[in-house]
Amino acid sequence: MTHLIRDQQLVEHDFPLLADDAAPPASGKLIVSLERWRKDAAELRSPGLEVGVRIPNTVNVEDIWAEISDRPLINLEFPGFADGRAYSQARVLRDRFGYRGEVRASGGAVVRDQLHSMARCGINGFELRPDQDPQVCLKAFEDFDLAYQPAADGALTVLRRRAS
Amino acid sequence: MYRYDSFDQQLVDDRVAQFRGQTERFLAGQLPDDEFRSLRLRNGLYVQRFAPMLRVSIPYGLISAKQMRMLGHIARKYDKNYGHFTTRQNIQYNWPKLETVPDILADLASVQMHAIQTSGNCIRNITTDHLAGVAADELVDPRPYCEITRQWATFHPEFNWLPRKFKIAFCASETDRAATRLHDIGVFIVRNEQGELGYSIYAGGGLGRTPIVAPKIRDFLPEMDLLSYLEAILRVYNRLGRRDNIYKARIKILVKETGPAKFTELVEAEWAKIREGELKLTRADFDRIAAHFDAHPYVAGGESDTSFDAAVASDSAFAAFVKRNVKAHRVPGYKAVFVSLKAPGVAPGDITAEQMELVAQLADDYSFSEIRSTHDQNLVLAEVRQQDVYAVWKALKAQGLATPNIGLLTDLICCPGLDFCSLANAGSIGVSDEITDAFESMDDLYDIGEMKIKMSGCMNGCGHHTVGHIGILGVDKKGEEWYQVTLGGSAENDATLGDRTGPSFDRAHIVQAVERIIAVYLDQRSSEDETFLQTYRRVGMTPFKTRLYADEAVAA
Repeated sequence: MTHLIRDQQLVEHDFPLLADDAAPPASGKLIVSLERWRKDAAELRSPGLEVGVRIPNTVNVEDIWAEISDRPLINLEFPGFADGRAYSQARVLRDRFGYRGEVRASGGAVVRDQLHSMARCGINGFELRPDQDPQVCLKAFEDFDLAYQPAADGALTVLRRRAS
Repeated sequence: MYRYDSFDQQLVDDRVAQFRGQTERFLAGQLPDDEFRSLRLRNGLYVQRFAPMLRVSIPYGLISAKQMRMLGHIARKYDKNYGHFTTRQNIQYNWPKLETVPDILADLASVQMHAIQTSGNCIRNITTDHLAGVAADELVDPRPYCEITRQWATFHPEFNWLPRKFKIAFCASETDRAATRLHDIGVFIVRNEQGELGYSIYAGGGLGRTPIVAPKIRDFLPEMDLLSYLEAILRVYNRLGRRDNIYKARIKILVKETGPAKFTELVEAEWAKIREGELKLTRADFDRIAAHFDAHPYVAGGESDTSFDAAVASDSAFAAFVKRNVKAHRVPGYKAVFVSLKAPGVAPGDITAEQMELVAQLADDYSFSEIRSTHDQNLVLAEVRQQDVYAVWKALKAQGLATPNIGLLTDLICCPGLDFCSLANAGSIGVSDEITDAFESMDDLYDIGEMKIKMSGCMNGCGHHTVGHIGILGVDKKGEEWYQVTLGGSAENDATLGDRTGPSFDRAHIVQAVERIIAVYLDQRSSEDETFLQTYRRVGMTPFKTRLYADEAVAA
């Protein structure tokens, strides 16, 4: 079973992924692929639906920002444990474009030992890999209180703490 | 020495706790093998042929006497009484037990040390000149710049899962002693025509399977923009670096395949968007970091001492040591004393616990309690008054640490090779032993002079073979150890990759091949002042090749 953590709380799973060939429901929350969004945006903008978009980790966020900027949720992919491309996408979404909706991570890297870094990069929704114990994962956010470098979490860096 | 404040200490302590938790979850079967592997690598822990290997970070090669004593304690308590200094200015232990590693990390943390990011596909230890702060040809001390970069890179949340490992080096001197252009990013601290301090940035260099000397991507970067520019490079690399083939994943391949001009455009475009952001540094930031380093109370007038020259005149063994192992210091009356970890019969870079303690004591007594490690796998007591050099030499000599061979043939650099490393194709320590034996007296006889032999046990090139004046690379041929030889490489300002001599040599003939190369050099050099590298550049490969392959039977 897949657990969802949002803003450091274990919550009910929402925004399920709609298969590219499935018809959308009349109402509710869902995630579609970027490809589907491009094809069916007009239909998917119907008043009863809240639609997030999943983007491949190979796209340059700057190239697609205009298409997804009004979405309530952007879903980033971490296909493998060691594939860190979406970390940079998250930072561009938050730091450059000031995106305020949910940035959700899903895939093989959404595990206890990466949640802290993901949160620092601005990811606030975590679709945990099925083998993950959500209670163990919630502790990840306590691994470090301090940060040397600025990131999307707005943490006061050690450099700035020293200055104050 | 950079002194931690409570922030630095807390981050390192938190890391020990985090790793202890990971180790416990692994041992309890709750963390998959391959994932624990990635995580432990980020704490310098490899699992090698016989045992785990732990690589401890020595930022820019600077160690305090207290830290050196702790390194000795760890060698004694958790290992087989010795450690191995690496070409990244770090130290490795070859025999710790997995379960004890969290305890070792806790011991290290108690003296402001750690093993963070000494391996894994993340930003590795920042390196620089081992004579930083004491070299006369230096523009500024590069270590505060290294430290500010180290802090930015430590636990960087965005760049912990890069396509491949990432190494940054700084050079602030006329002579590059840090192989700077052989790094993923090479930063040269410079002044522009207006006299302002800043940096020339090189990217996409590296050794290993496809050795490349880094091209320049920015002529002058203003001093306060260092971190934003590094972040821009890393972001471009994280996004576009290849992940389909481990051998093509380093940034050098991205720079090469994209073309340096186009790559630079991508970096500049990214940088333009972040340069005025939070990463912008201030003079106060630099001043605060610099204030963490100990100021050294140099004694004036030390150059009036006459005992040093008298000892050189009366003791020929000391004179030989001074000629090879003692270098100038920017402060009159002080000298930098090199501690050779290349004694005959000892693997290059190896040092025992007792030797570490001696070096620590000498640092306390004579060198402001500081020691440096070099990328040539030696140590330096860089702040010795000239009146004390004789006493330091006697003490080093008694412990086998005063071999007068810095920069000479027997000062060769070498990876752990097949004896320890699970990646190696061939042994390197045994070969280095035999080369040292073969040349010990010959070097005295002919004064072969400046000579860098560099040897790696596999393509990964930890021994920097491609930039050795003579480079030796271990290869596996149907289960046998063979060695490829290159000539004419250099890691200094004139950074050059060596040329292959031809077919490789088997274990029985590799030392003979090196002997023949030296014989050709001695025969061809125009005078005793012409170095091997100069001779090779003048006469080319042909005479070497002719001699090396005179009897084809030895090579295949």
